[in-house]
Amino acid sequence: MSLLEIKNLHANVNNHEILKGVDLAVNAGEVHSIMGPNGSGKSTLAQVLARRETYQITEGQVLLNGKDLLAMKPEEAACEGLFMAFQYPVEIPGISNAYFLRAALNAIRKYRGLEELDAMDFLPLLKEKMRLLEMDERFLSRPVNEGFSGGEKKRNEIVQMAVLEPKMAILDETDSGLDIDALKIVAKGVEAMRSPERAILLVTHYQRLLNYIVPDYVHVLVNGKIVKSGGAELALELEEKGYGWTEPAAATASR
Amino acid sequence: MTTVNTIQDLANQEYKWGFVTSVEDDQLPKGLNEDIVRQISAKKHEPEFMLDWRLKAYRHWAALEKAHAEPKWANVKFPAIDYQDIVYYSAPKQKPGPKSLSEIDPEVLRTYDRLGIPLLEQQKLAGIAVDAVFDSVSVATTFKEKLAESGVIFCSFSEAVQNHPELVKKYLGSVVPYADNFYASLNSAVFSDGSFVYVPKGVRCPMELSTYFRINAAQTGQFERTLIVADEGAYVSYLEGCTAPIRDENQLHAAVVELVALDNATIKYSTVQNWYPGDKEGRGGIYNFVTKRGKCLGRNSKISWTQVETGSAITWKYPSCILMGDNSVGEFYSVALTNNYQQADTGTKMIHIGKNTTSTVVSKGISAGHGQNTYRGQVKILKGATAARNYTQCDSLLIGDKCGAHTFPYIEVKNATARMEHEASTSKIGEDQIFYLRQRGLTGEEAVSMIINGFCRQVFRELPMEFAVEAQKLLGISLEGSVG
Repeated sequence: MSLLEIKNLHANVNNHEILKGVDLAVNAGEVHSIMGPNGSGKSTLAQVLARRETYQITEGQVLLNGKDLLAMKPEEAACEGLFMAFQYPVEIPGISNAYFLRAALNAIRKYRGLEELDAMDFLPLLKEKMRLLEMDERFLSRPVNEGFSGGEKKRNEIVQMAVLEPKMAILDETDSGLDIDALKIVAKGVEAMRSPERAILLVTHYQRLLNYIVPDYVHVLVNGKIVKSGGAELALELEEKGYGWTEPAAATASR
Repeated sequence: MTTVNTIQDLANQEYKWGFVTSVEDDQLPKGLNEDIVRQISAKKHEPEFMLDWRLKAYRHWAALEKAHAEPKWANVKFPAIDYQDIVYYSAPKQKPGPKSLSEIDPEVLRTYDRLGIPLLEQQKLAGIAVDAVFDSVSVATTFKEKLAESGVIFCSFSEAVQNHPELVKKYLGSVVPYADNFYASLNSAVFSDGSFVYVPKGVRCPMELSTYFRINAAQTGQFERTLIVADEGAYVSYLEGCTAPIRDENQLHAAVVELVALDNATIKYSTVQNWYPGDKEGRGGIYNFVTKRGKCLGRNSKISWTQVETGSAITWKYPSCILMGDNSVGEFYSVALTNNYQQADTGTKMIHIGKNTTSTVVSKGISAGHGQNTYRGQVKILKGATAARNYTQCDSLLIGDKCGAHTFPYIEVKNATARMEHEASTSKIGEDQIFYLRQRGLTGEEAVSMIINGFCRQVFRELPMEFAVEAQKLLGISLEGSVG
């Protein structure tokens, strides 16, 4: 059984169909990349999997660890081990990073029947993950994402992922807006998360992130459908030939 | 959408303090006239000066009432109050002035236990002295002896009138005169009890002082009066909490609080106001028409108001500071929440008279359901107030699309050396914020509660620890079912 199984997934927003039958299976231990041009439905796919309620599912099925993901609320999906690094991380004024993340970790631990961590146990864990992402300790007490630069926000997402240790991690355009140094730091953080128990789905427009996180599989999403799948070399081919190269295939697929 | 449901659920949580205690009451008949005022004074065995003061207040009020001169400028709507349909004195029957807790009606003690305010010695909160006011009278004051060791007087107002008449005579009405406003006049005429605090020269009050107000009897108004005097170099932190049973009719609460800070003295006054707010259709609830004012009489004195207002059908209150002493400091930190059909018109007045006086105003208004929330604040810099400074920040948070937030700042500057800053913002809880927190494992309710606590942080951090925790919980409960 795959960790994540997507079968014929159709999703609408405002009665406009964005996902038009996505099929994908991701096993534990694998890193997959979803690539595609703007407007192809990449972010929609990520958000549907994270259970954002702005989308209506019209057809299809998604199983997370054999459980019906589409029947879950966002927090249930999170507690079942699904994490999404946001393309645009949200600011929560007045709530410190450390407080927020401990509340999140404890919500998940509680769901799994584990004891909640107090601040004394939690802080060393958080500090360790922050070092990995080269984030200064002053971010502990700063309000969540408030006044952070674009790069700091993205690194903060990966810190959260490292603390929450999801089974299924989805990174939605985590590379967008990052300079090359920040990109390397983020990639190092993601690489450190690779493990036989975990799967990672990288949603990205550009190939450059994949120089640092080499995926096991690359899928090309065009017009709401996966039109091509292959190994890491597919990303390089795309970089060279552009998304236009896949379009005849997309046209065929949609017929 | 589920977000809407979450907020609905959150706002629909029930008022948990709405029970009624069955005790025998000693009540005066409904209605108000000179005779009632005389009877209240007589019941309390008051000296002549008190009765005279009450009668002057009553006559002033009666003239205002006849002229229909209630304040009408506030941004709140309610039917006219029939002042002859209210009971002005109600007390649980007991021997006058209980000497020990064993003399208090066990039902009254149980009430405070249910409210989480244990009065029995062995259960007292460490380091907090409590004065419990049940309907119109104080039923218990804890830690009195311990406080007396350091010279601090903490007792019911009635006891102060008996035992410290010179202090009462000197300071009563010195900050809020009996003719100050309609509700203050009414209070001056009929107030039946309250708390009294005097901290002598150079004494730092060794513990937090707290009064817990409870309205129990039906068709009763509660009119309490608090007077706190901090002598030169003294420090005191005072907390006030309040609840009432669920009743269909509106009940009037018209309190007066006066604070006096002499040279180098500091008074910190914190309120968590949780009177019954009425039901989801806006039936019932307390009319909370309160006059609170502090006078920084001495040099380098400081008065700080912190309030968390979640209850009452209508709140009309402006805890203010008169900054007379040079270098004196006034502060006002406020969270006001209105849900369902609650209305709040609240804020502050900072009157700068002395030189180098400083004031800070931080107001956080949260409106949900059909709630209407108004911030009304006045900052006045008088001619002699050289180098005065004021910083005002007022932020409004809207939940849903049927509520309202209003801001009325009044700024009057008569000295060109003044420095004034005013910041204001209005925001809505975003679906994106809620989704972000839920994606990290928090439920919708936890997400909303976290966002609101973050919004109120600047105010909560001014509250003493136990109160901050209580205030956070209270906001969660008051909002149940309101997020949408």
